[in-house]
Amino acid sequence: MSFSRRQFVIGSSALALAAPATVGRAQSDAIKFASILDLSGGLDIYGAPMAETTKLAIEDINATGGLLGREVELTMYDAQSTIQFYTQYATQAAAGDRAHTVHAGITSASREAIRPTLSRFQTLYFYNVQYEGGVCDYNNFCTGSTPAQTVAKVVPYAMEKWGKKVYIVAADYNYGQITAQWMQKFVAENGGETLDVEFFPLDVTNFGPTINKIQTAKPDFVISALVGGSHVSFYRQYAAAGMNAEIPIASTTFGVGNEQKLISAEEGNGILASYGYFEGADNPVNTAFLERLKAKLGDDAPVMNELAIRSYEGAMLWAEAVKAAGTPDRGPVIEALRSGLSYDGPSGAVTIDPQTNHCNMNVYIGELQDQEWTIVESYDNQPPADTALVCDLNANPNQSTFLFENGLAAAGID
Amino acid sequence: MDLVVAVLFQLIYGIANLALISLGLAIIFGMMRVINLAHGEFLMLGGYTVVVATNAGVNIWFAMLILAPLVVGLIGVIVERLLIRWLYGRMVDTLLATWGLSLLLIGLVTSIFGASTGTTVSPPLGTIRIGDYSASGYELFLIGVTLVLFAAVYATLKLTKLGLVARGTMQNAEMSSALGVSTNRIYMITFGLGAAVSGLAGGLLAPMTGVLPTIGATYIAKAFITVISGGASILAGTAAGSVLLGGVNGIFAFLTGPTFGEVALLVAAIILLRLLPTGITGRFFRKSI
Repeated sequence: MSFSRRQFVIGSSALALAAPATVGRAQSDAIKFASILDLSGGLDIYGAPMAETTKLAIEDINATGGLLGREVELTMYDAQSTIQFYTQYATQAAAGDRAHTVHAGITSASREAIRPTLSRFQTLYFYNVQYEGGVCDYNNFCTGSTPAQTVAKVVPYAMEKWGKKVYIVAADYNYGQITAQWMQKFVAENGGETLDVEFFPLDVTNFGPTINKIQTAKPDFVISALVGGSHVSFYRQYAAAGMNAEIPIASTTFGVGNEQKLISAEEGNGILASYGYFEGADNPVNTAFLERLKAKLGDDAPVMNELAIRSYEGAMLWAEAVKAAGTPDRGPVIEALRSGLSYDGPSGAVTIDPQTNHCNMNVYIGELQDQEWTIVESYDNQPPADTALVCDLNANPNQSTFLFENGLAAAGID
Repeated sequence: MDLVVAVLFQLIYGIANLALISLGLAIIFGMMRVINLAHGEFLMLGGYTVVVATNAGVNIWFAMLILAPLVVGLIGVIVERLLIRWLYGRMVDTLLATWGLSLLLIGLVTSIFGASTGTTVSPPLGTIRIGDYSASGYELFLIGVTLVLFAAVYATLKLTKLGLVARGTMQNAEMSSALGVSTNRIYMITFGLGAAVSGLAGGLLAPMTGVLPTIGATYIAKAFITVISGGASILAGTAAGSVLLGGVNGIFAFLTGPTFGEVALLVAAIILLRLLPTGITGRFFRKSI
């Protein structure tokens, strides 16, 4: 194809004329849903399944005629496991795309990077990841499980099963640090003893010295809040040293990145974990959901975990709120959510708790056997009791803080 | 007493681990002054070779010791022919080009195998007991392999004709060229060998660390610091750098925890380079290889 200078000039002026139309489109018909997740880099083991279920949720909404007769338009950003991209894309989604809602963030560090931005631009923000608790923000709905829902369940369960001496290993950033404090608190409350706590930067791959220390300390079990692809090495090296047969492991993070598929059956057997969802959750919505996922993605379908399911349910909660409010505008939607909105998803009923903007949800303890989780215990409708200790948005809605930023002691919890 | 032996074992393993991941980079950097930012991805490709081969039913030892270096060595030769050879003597350009290559390889592997790869390659050896302590037999094997690998590279450089010519090219490329040596070919072979050693290292580490498209990023910084701290000599430099930094890292990791272990490693490297800007072998063992 030849391309003369004249054509080029005509073409580019047409583009220039078209530009204002793009700006004007903010008023157009579609309701805008933005998603920012890590789809590449070290955290993509979490992000990829979340992206699949987010797409599925938007497809499901549009398949039933959209919301309020309008289509929902999904924009996905890949933050590439880099915090800097989160701030950049959050600004783009809020100020550029004028998204009606942004569902974003995996690590707590990424959430804290974008929460202030979305607050400032008054853009409704959903964080659909299990985390350490403590966000008290009128504009931000945290749908994932928090330590009072999961750690508080798995710690006594494991202590009952294995004994009272505990060794903690955790990732070295706010999630790991704060979760480790919760672990110590729950261990002490149940009459146990924490022998040692160790933190690991996200790129550590050699866990030899730590395994020696665990052998020296001789705990009854190890509890882990390790995060990301590199930290999976811990479980391999632990098994290679023959430790998995001697000192069992419980975890608050193992499984949300489908780590059970990254190590062999022998290396993983017997690991305990607690989340707001496992594939074995026994309810008809879940059975139907998994069948649909399988039909759509075939054998490529990722194993569903809390992050993936909650991304779906988070989108659906938002959709229900838009329907209830009769508008996608932020104010009425937040009010609808905070009216105690509930959605029956694959994990069971998920209900917004207006005091904290967190969720009441079912919680499950799973045991790993041959790379599959078996649910060994479940608890219905658990409240986010940790955040509720310090946060009351009913009394004071004008808040946008992360109360556990400086640890539990600083937040007045001992 | 058992504890001392167990900790010492971990310390030696930490040093061997560092030496293993750095040697391929040291060969390419020491011989050709090319800073290969895709080094971590060469390790990653070695790991993937092992995973793919063992999933296809190939014996794991054959996959790790033969296939991984072969495949990555070949990739190294191709990369040298297509990319590196146009950029000799232009350090910043090679830096950029190999960085681009690293991103390309991560992207390619991610699109072929997906973001998280199911690796069920487990360390193929059992555990060894040290009194009350246990350690992985495979770690002992890795220490052994590292020693053999260093010996083999030493023998190649010192005893073979290729080694002699390669060392000559490294010292003075123009003079070697004037004496009838095809420096072009030497560079190609050296780059291929460096890549093969990286592939071998990546393959051997796969059962310990698992394989992800982005796993290279966790190796590259450490490998660089080790090679730069070691200085110009390929073997003596890498060995000295590994012993010093691996030792510091291991001791601090055991005494205080992994975070300070990493910090201590970096602090040691900074102090070292302040005192010895040309690395350890810039001052000591200068005649060594």
